[in-house]
Amino acid sequence: MIESIRSLGRSGLSFFQRLGRGHILLLEMLRGMHSLLPRPGLLIQQIYSVGVLSLVIIVVSGLFVGMVLGLQGYNTLVDFGAEESLGVVVALSLVRELGPVVSALLFAGRAGSALTAEIGLMKATEQLSAMEMMAVDPVRRVLTPRFLAGFISMPLLAAIFSAVGVLGGYFVGVGLLGVDEGAYWSQMQAKVDIYDDIQNGVIKSFVFGMVVTWIAVFEGYDTIPTSEGVSRATTRTVVHSALAVLGLDFILTALMFGDS
Amino acid sequence: MMSSRTAEIWVGIFVVAGFAALFMLAMKVSNLSAYTDDNGYEVTAKFEDASGLKVRSPVTMAGVTLGRVTKIKFDNNSFKAEVTMQLDSRYDKLPAGSSANIYTAGLLGEKYVGLLPGSSGDPCEEEKLQAELEAREPNIKGMDCGKQYLKQGSSIQLTQGSLVLEKLIAQFVSKFMEGDSSKQDKKEAPAQ
Repeated sequence: MIESIRSLGRSGLSFFQRLGRGHILLLEMLRGMHSLLPRPGLLIQQIYSVGVLSLVIIVVSGLFVGMVLGLQGYNTLVDFGAEESLGVVVALSLVRELGPVVSALLFAGRAGSALTAEIGLMKATEQLSAMEMMAVDPVRRVLTPRFLAGFISMPLLAAIFSAVGVLGGYFVGVGLLGVDEGAYWSQMQAKVDIYDDIQNGVIKSFVFGMVVTWIAVFEGYDTIPTSEGVSRATTRTVVHSALAVLGLDFILTALMFGDS
Repeated sequence: MMSSRTAEIWVGIFVVAGFAALFMLAMKVSNLSAYTDDNGYEVTAKFEDASGLKVRSPVTMAGVTLGRVTKIKFDNNSFKAEVTMQLDSRYDKLPAGSSANIYTAGLLGEKYVGLLPGSSGDPCEEEKLQAELEAREPNIKGMDCGKQYLKQGSSIQLTQGSLVLEKLIAQFVSKFMEGDSSKQDKKEAPAQ
């Protein structure tokens, strides 16, 4: 009896300790941001491995998501004789929800897991301790550039995802199914609002980018320095990022679109 | 690891592609172009019923969008909906006697305000005609001579509010019932 209460307390304590360590790490990274200014090369190298290398999966998934939306939307709308609204359906669902959310999930799987594995392995092979021995702060040298790179890359990836998706919907809707081209674009322009829809989508993708890279970097930094620990941390990154993205998406959507 | 020069080039391409996508979303997908001309003049109109009309609904004449609805509020004195519309300053020759109607786009579409051009009659000329008919001296002192156009702050007098489906059905049903009962009256009349 006492043992079970004790184990409950222990897991609660360790949860809050991890939460606290995560926030301390976030603050340290934010404080160390200025040390990147004299060395932009570090950041560019990380944007390359976090952003550019995720480009292929983002573009291909965006294209196919847009094409599926075009196909499904057409099949539903044609019953009401409203297939001219296909552009609105595709653009609104991509810009508001699918663009930020799906690209954040893909980003967590593609870039987040890689970040965790890389940092975790650095810790397991004691490269981080070696850096500390040389009076190099591993948070500033290793973690901050990766965090900032994810924060910068994610909105760009989400924008590319949405834009490619709209084009994919255009190919299927206009090219294959014969929706009027002018109606596709003009209905879209009439209904999609630059502030309500696009700006809110970009804000969402900024938030998701921050949360996903934060989780990835923290899990790597906080990993148990064994090969099993690294593998567990990588799994946790993907699971926690996906949960955080979907949960935050609900909250952000309720805040942004709740009253309209 | 890739050489830093190649990485830099790729990052440059990535950033450019990202901003190009944002630019495309802003220009091609959304209504940014509608925001560019914020300068215009505001006119108001009072409607019996403005249900379904929303802020940023289009204001059209002859099917062309001239402006947007900027404010809808309830007028406490006349119990009507006071709708403020912002019209593009390019269209400054709309006659003052124009009427405003709330229409529905399509069967289930959104509501919009349709303006119909009316007379831009010169009040001085009207006064002169009236005076001639009544055989008196025309009194045009202090009157604004020349053709009258809608301008900043002017209000549209002739309005027709939105048609609510329930109202229409109720009207139809009551007409039908009336017709029915009058027929019955006629049938009953010869029997007497």
